[in-house]
Amino acid sequence: MFPARYWREIPQRYRLEANKCKKCGRTYFPPRLVCADCKSRDFEPLKLKDEGKLLTYTVIRVPPSQFIEQSPYAIGIVELDGGTRILTQIADCNLDKLQIGMRLKIEFRKIQQDGEAGILCYGYKCVPV
Amino acid sequence: MTGIVGYGAYIPRNRIKLEEIAKVWGADAPSYKRGLLLYEKSVPSPDQDTITMSVEATKSALKRANIPPEEIGAVYVGSESHPYAVKPSGTVLAEAIGATPEVHCADYEFACKAGSEAMFVCIGLVESGSVKYGLAVGADTSQGAPGDALEYSAAAGAAAFIFGKDNAIAKVHHTYSYMTDTPDFWRREYQFYPRHASRFTGEPAYFKHIIGAAKGIMDKARMKPEDFNYVIFHQPNGKFPQRVGKMLGFKKEQIEPGWLSPTLGNTYSGSSPMGLTSTFDISKPGDKILMVSYGSGAGSDAFILEVTERIDEIRDKAPKTRWMLDNNKTYIEYGTYAKYREKIRMGT
Repeated sequence: MFPARYWREIPQRYRLEANKCKKCGRTYFPPRLVCADCKSRDFEPLKLKDEGKLLTYTVIRVPPSQFIEQSPYAIGIVELDGGTRILTQIADCNLDKLQIGMRLKIEFRKIQQDGEAGILCYGYKCVPV
Repeated sequence: MTGIVGYGAYIPRNRIKLEEIAKVWGADAPSYKRGLLLYEKSVPSPDQDTITMSVEATKSALKRANIPPEEIGAVYVGSESHPYAVKPSGTVLAEAIGATPEVHCADYEFACKAGSEAMFVCIGLVESGSVKYGLAVGADTSQGAPGDALEYSAAAGAAAFIFGKDNAIAKVHHTYSYMTDTPDFWRREYQFYPRHASRFTGEPAYFKHIIGAAKGIMDKARMKPEDFNYVIFHQPNGKFPQRVGKMLGFKKEQIEPGWLSPTLGNTYSGSSPMGLTSTFDISKPGDKILMVSYGSGAGSDAFILEVTERIDEIRDKAPKTRWMLDNNKTYIEYGTYAKYREKIRMGT
């Protein structure tokens, strides 16, 4: 991953920083500059909760090259407490025991590395509670 | 007086049993278990390293400290497995917890005592008034060459401590360091695994420095082993901390709450700091604790702490260390372990 792009996304990838439209109350993750509903540019920062439940998932068995060491692994949509839904990897889980509705929590993990010499990219994943 | 205002630990969920490693190398597992008092060890997942474990341990420390992260003025990570050769681990940690940008940050290295080095410096900075709060982390995804004796012990884990002057859960009464140039364990530039001087790592290295630091700080404080409720020594295996404790006149009951290595392994820079976290988990107000680290090369840092009444308020705000050690475990085979620890070099 190009360092500048990774760097721009640090607030949401490291700290789950979203923003909330002050006019209509809609939450955006990742944050947006203009509200898609009411077109307002007036936002307040919002830190998402670090626990939630699994809404749906799939198991990746033929991954891109940078994820081969982790294969097979699960990717899921998790609804965090507070209602925001995120797409994330489900780590440290028994793939046979994943169940829709199960409780998950956020952990800080290495997401990928740019080859043998490039940057290391960190961010959130979910693990079973 | 400077003290610890919050603490936390992190242990990965994967474990490998000593028998599984011994089976691959044709070694006699019962004699290793008897000789080293090691039964299993933690293994990081492929997406875990010193940085990720430091962040998780620090999140627990922040929950217990209940302070705004932006008031942390120093972030120090001690490790011998920093993921980057050039680029600090501490910048990622500081950013992940929201302590940037007004913060001093550095990574420390001194074999297994890099974590206690970070603690030592934080205590000085807080005591002098240079920073309001200082964060010190000891973390490692320890390396041991395939088939080497180190492979039975090299484990992964992290401990984090936030130091400050108000609302301490433990006051720091004394610090002491004891250090000489002793080449018992090292890793040269560009080498993947460390090397060690076998039995030379014992008497002239581990035992000499731990005993020197423990006696030195007890003389300084005019205290004796029986004055302490608990003691934590660096834990390269299960046997050494028990033996050095006996040599110094401590009893098993004083050592056991912080004695994690038989089922955790040696978490290098995290070792004695993690023992301190599990001792806090069971301690009462007024308890006096002695912690002595050891880092090859070689030296020991010693700390005398006294637990305050606030421990009862904050203890349950984050996962306890012994709970993480005993629960949610996933046992893996040697092949998976070799893949996770990058002992298998992938073709490109």
